[in-house]
Amino acid sequence: MTLTALAFYLFATVSVASAFMVISARNPVYSVLFLILTFFNSAGLFVLMGAEFLAMILVVVYVGAVAVLFLFVVMMLDIDFAELNEGFLQYMPIGATIGLILLLELLLIFGASTQLVSQSALPQATPEGMTNAEAIGRVLYTDYIYYFQAAGAVLLVAMIGAIVLTLVKSENPRRQSIAAQNARRREDGVELVDIEPGQGL
Amino acid sequence: MDNLLLETYIWPAFLVAGHSLLILVALLLWLGFFMYAERKIWGAVHLRRGPNVVGPFGLLQSFSDILKYLFKEVIFPTSSNKAVFLLAPIVTLFLALSAWAVIPVAEGWAVSDINVGILYIFAISSLGVYGVIMGGWASNSKYPFLGALRSAAQMVSYEVSIGLVIITVLLCVGSLNLTDIVMAQQTVWFAIPLFPMFVIFFISALAETNRPPFDLPEAESELVAGFMTEYSSTPYVVFMIGELANIVLMCAMTTILFLGGWLPPVDVAPFNWVPGVVWFLLKMTFMCFMFSMVKAIVPRYRYDQLMRLGWKVFLPISLFWVVLTAGVIQYFGLAA
Repeated sequence: MTLTALAFYLFATVSVASAFMVISARNPVYSVLFLILTFFNSAGLFVLMGAEFLAMILVVVYVGAVAVLFLFVVMMLDIDFAELNEGFLQYMPIGATIGLILLLELLLIFGASTQLVSQSALPQATPEGMTNAEAIGRVLYTDYIYYFQAAGAVLLVAMIGAIVLTLVKSENPRRQSIAAQNARRREDGVELVDIEPGQGL
Repeated sequence: MDNLLLETYIWPAFLVAGHSLLILVALLLWLGFFMYAERKIWGAVHLRRGPNVVGPFGLLQSFSDILKYLFKEVIFPTSSNKAVFLLAPIVTLFLALSAWAVIPVAEGWAVSDINVGILYIFAISSLGVYGVIMGGWASNSKYPFLGALRSAAQMVSYEVSIGLVIITVLLCVGSLNLTDIVMAQQTVWFAIPLFPMFVIFFISALAETNRPPFDLPEAESELVAGFMTEYSSTPYVVFMIGELANIVLMCAMTTILFLGGWLPPVDVAPFNWVPGVVWFLLKMTFMCFMFSMVKAIVPRYRYDQLMRLGWKVFLPISLFWVVLTAGVIQYFGLAA
């Protein structure tokens, strides 16, 4: 028990600290790297709760794919730090408002959840005798199948939208025809010519 | 009280540390000789001798190379980001080694036999790209940066097909546990019924570990040495060991997913006398040999060909196989 508590405090402290560093780091690349650290420690917290499937999926999806693309984009930015700091005061009011609203909401949730937790003692991650993947699959693919499919459709639409928005239509698109390339033989492209001296082709 | 503390915390911690140390030492030794074996194999294919000077038959060549790297001066490029520059190889090596925590080399021989073993390995190996990206960015130089970008796109692309291949295997097993995956292959190795997936997994593993013919992140004809261009001495050797460890990890994964792990080929008298760990190592050696042979005989792909292969060939095929496998299992009622 003490070991679990120790691990919890370790993961919780590091994740809160690195989440703070995400927003306070000057260099956006550092921000993304700290974001990855935050994800990692949150995954550790999931493992402590007995939700190891969620933990692994968090690492695979967010750290392995999403954050890679973040880093990909952020690395290519040409950052002017002076300009970044100028914008700070300008965006301060709206940022502060959003932060305040979030804080209030969190406080409300905390107030409600402490009552819930006191009723049910510690929440169990999975029903007895069932693995993580089984439990989550049973909920996701039976009770919430329509929501799940709808979420998939929304993501598909978003993906198609992004492709349509960035597609540049040109008069002469240089498409590659793999079949034509593979069908090309040596005889089509190479010709052996005997050239008489002093004549040229 | 003291006794309880000793029994519940200190002794298990000691055991786990011992296990981990044992597997790390074995792995690093394996890597040393794998490096030597690779160079010998390439030599044989190219009709050369390969390393043959240091130690008997050149067996100690890799270790002398590592010592040489360790004693050289560490050079930081002037405008590099030193912290990230140093962190990159460490991340690569750390991730490559930490995945071994769940690999069962024989029945019950895993440091930690967790329920979501295959997902853990998938998660850890999908992080390998960070070492490359960080190294390429922190060098603050053109070629490493281009190498890092190529690598990011390449590794993310091939992860998709690896993920789908793993799903196919998991459909046949019905568990995410690595020991269960091996035990499900007692009747037949998955390499036989899922042969196309085996091939796709092998090729995707080559791309995922930046091995030839997909070594575009470090293509020397275009990018000098890619993301490793600015690295020298110890950071370089750490990078190199990390990459090798990733390759051997992929060999171990292929062994577990498709070649029946520690199970003998047929469960009859002379074969099942041999201990499981020997079978595991034999299969891993075979996969490592295949990796070396591919490097020796296949020319490098073009980058657009690489992307086409990943997205337009492997993704549809593996998606189709997932559907097919699920359909067959459901129709014939084979679900575990």
